[in-house]
Amino acid sequence: MATEAKRVTDIGPPHYDKFLHPIIKENYGKWQYHDSLKPGVLSHTGPAGTLFTVRCASPRLVSINFLNNIMDLADKYSDGYFRFTSRNNIEFLLAKQENIDPLIADLNAMGTLVGGTNNAISNIVHTQGWVHCHSAATDASGLVKAVMDELSEYFTSEKLPAKLRVAVACCLNMCGAVHASDIAILGLHRTPPRIDNDALPKQCEIPTTVASCPNNAIRPTSVDGKTTVKVDEDKCMYCGNCFTVCPAMPLADPLNDGVSIWLGGKISNARTEPMFTKLAIPYLPNNPPRWPEVTDAVKKIVELYAANARPFERVGEWINRIGWEKFFDMSGIEFTKYHLDDFRHAGTTYRRSLHNRY
Amino acid sequence: MSDELKTPLLDELEKGPWPSFVTDIKSMAGKNEMCKDLLRQLEKSYEDRRGYWKHGGLVGVMGYGGGVIGRYSALPEEFPGVSHFHTVRVNQPSGWFYTTEALREVMDIWEKHGSGLTNMHGSTGDMVLLGTRTEELEPIFRALTEKGWDLGGSGSDLRTPSCCAGPARCEMSCYDTLDMTYNLTQSYQDELHRPMFNYKYKIKMSGCPNDCTAAIARSDMGIIGIWRDDIKVDQAAFAAYVDSGMDIQGAVVDLCPTSCIEVDGKEIKIDDSNCVKCMHCLNRLPKALSPGDDRGFAIALGAKAPIVEGALFGSVIIPFMKIEDGDYEPLHDLLERIWEFWDEHGTARERIGEFIERVSLATFLEGIGEDPSPKMVKAPRDNPYIFYEEYFEEEGASASEE
Repeated sequence: MATEAKRVTDIGPPHYDKFLHPIIKENYGKWQYHDSLKPGVLSHTGPAGTLFTVRCASPRLVSINFLNNIMDLADKYSDGYFRFTSRNNIEFLLAKQENIDPLIADLNAMGTLVGGTNNAISNIVHTQGWVHCHSAATDASGLVKAVMDELSEYFTSEKLPAKLRVAVACCLNMCGAVHASDIAILGLHRTPPRIDNDALPKQCEIPTTVASCPNNAIRPTSVDGKTTVKVDEDKCMYCGNCFTVCPAMPLADPLNDGVSIWLGGKISNARTEPMFTKLAIPYLPNNPPRWPEVTDAVKKIVELYAANARPFERVGEWINRIGWEKFFDMSGIEFTKYHLDDFRHAGTTYRRSLHNRY
Repeated sequence: MSDELKTPLLDELEKGPWPSFVTDIKSMAGKNEMCKDLLRQLEKSYEDRRGYWKHGGLVGVMGYGGGVIGRYSALPEEFPGVSHFHTVRVNQPSGWFYTTEALREVMDIWEKHGSGLTNMHGSTGDMVLLGTRTEELEPIFRALTEKGWDLGGSGSDLRTPSCCAGPARCEMSCYDTLDMTYNLTQSYQDELHRPMFNYKYKIKMSGCPNDCTAAIARSDMGIIGIWRDDIKVDQAAFAAYVDSGMDIQGAVVDLCPTSCIEVDGKEIKIDDSNCVKCMHCLNRLPKALSPGDDRGFAIALGAKAPIVEGALFGSVIIPFMKIEDGDYEPLHDLLERIWEFWDEHGTARERIGEFIERVSLATFLEGIGEDPSPKMVKAPRDNPYIFYEEYFEEEGASASEE
């Protein structure tokens, strides 16, 4: 057997240059314009010619089998060159226009969809959920699958007023950073952590745990001679920050964990400034395997938006134009005390003018 | 335990038009015991409406403090295949461009040493290999590095930098996002692999204000392309849009946030002195309009998700900067000043955005040696509690130093 290669560290990723299509190398930094040929298909043109992009859906949680199927198609149609987008769509980079339709046919045959460009719903950005996370209040992959089964026509067409970005996060840690999406589906805990007084002294540092609470609800205490902590439950907002530093304070509560819906965020600077999502529905039940209450609520919101927004108006721009009071009227969503912010800078969301619609 | 895989609830997620992760994982279950037990444990989660993963554990590869997330099943006797189910974060190539040849090499390693499941990609940008055992970590690391790959970040370190397609496939890109991502990643390998910050520090690079990497919302340091001179106009191409019957007034002119566009027949006029580079007109008219020639980037610091003090967007700290002749030294210098001040005065688990809010923008700018500018605020302060530092002495008219 050959001697084992010397162990190396800190080499960083391979240089991106190795992975660029020859047309990309020639047009690098010199692209002139792009065109949209049909949903899911773009062309980019520069002095060295045109590159065609075919975009398809991906569950993000994908196996080697799925990737091998994708890579077989990339070998067949795009000279082995492909990429992923920041929303986990897969993009085939084609030199030959005549390969577009056979590639789409093969992608549909393997069970995925082509679309997600321009005024469409793009792939849902999401988190790990029950598949892999210790703090998940709901599953992410299952929610995404259930929601996108209902909304797939908006992925494969470009019939919405503007692009629609949906994101799922399975707890308030928001690894999916859903706080700036058109529609955010957010899993949440609704009851305080349950303290394991036997495990806590062994697993957790008391000062770190006390300091972790943004509402100062955690205090050191002694139970049966063991140094542990107690939680002032009136102050707890179930953020899970203590659980992040102290495993002996789990929040999972099957009876009460659930899903909330938030609207109107955006990232891009186009027309209006980036915006945070705002609460629309404070609680829907966690109802696997297909979360009918969530899919129904999201579909109704998408259809209301599609029917009422003006061209190029994102969800948040549309609601800001008509006013939130009118949005709650039109959607039939109940406005409750939970919609009133009570954390840092809460006052910035209060109505401080007489600009109301009656 | 029976070898049979019974997942009636998950089977419901094999129906419908969207690609099914359940069908995909099932396709692996025949050849991988981890996948089988993953499905079994997930089925139990769907029955009981709760997760069954333990809080992470400290595992990793020799000499690194990040890049691997420990994960153990809370029910290892029931689901031994996932008793260990650690995550390996592999630093992705800039812009997520791949060849099948290169990715097949990684997948061959992963087939041999893990569950065969991945996230393409994780929220920060890494290629995520999902589910392996502690004893496989070092062999995976060796095999990856032999093929030229390395781990990404995790914990309180520099997280794996990521970027948009940039100049590789976009005409809007105002700087070379791929090259900058590669440069920063290579220049700060120690910060990436050995957590020594107060908390995580994410860097995302977007080539223009469309911000396809969500840098303004998701990165402690968002580096977003911008230009300072006039939008470049191809009047012939604009006339072609008019001739095509496009509703220029409704789709472009009326939606300009500063009303700085006028159309006279088939000619477009832009008052660039009032343009805020929002990108809407460029997005609608890519053949006629493009960013100016004086291109660079702005830097916004402090974006984050809610934990701990609430979600933040990034705030503009550097309104304009550019890389000249491939010299990244000024950017490195800025980054190191920021890290040093945050390291010195920040507290544990305090992100840079929360840190700036706590010590104030003025103090932060002074700390890193940058001058204030009206481009950093929506408006000047509206409260009169000002910490004045200059005042007159009682005798004589000279102002104090400082």
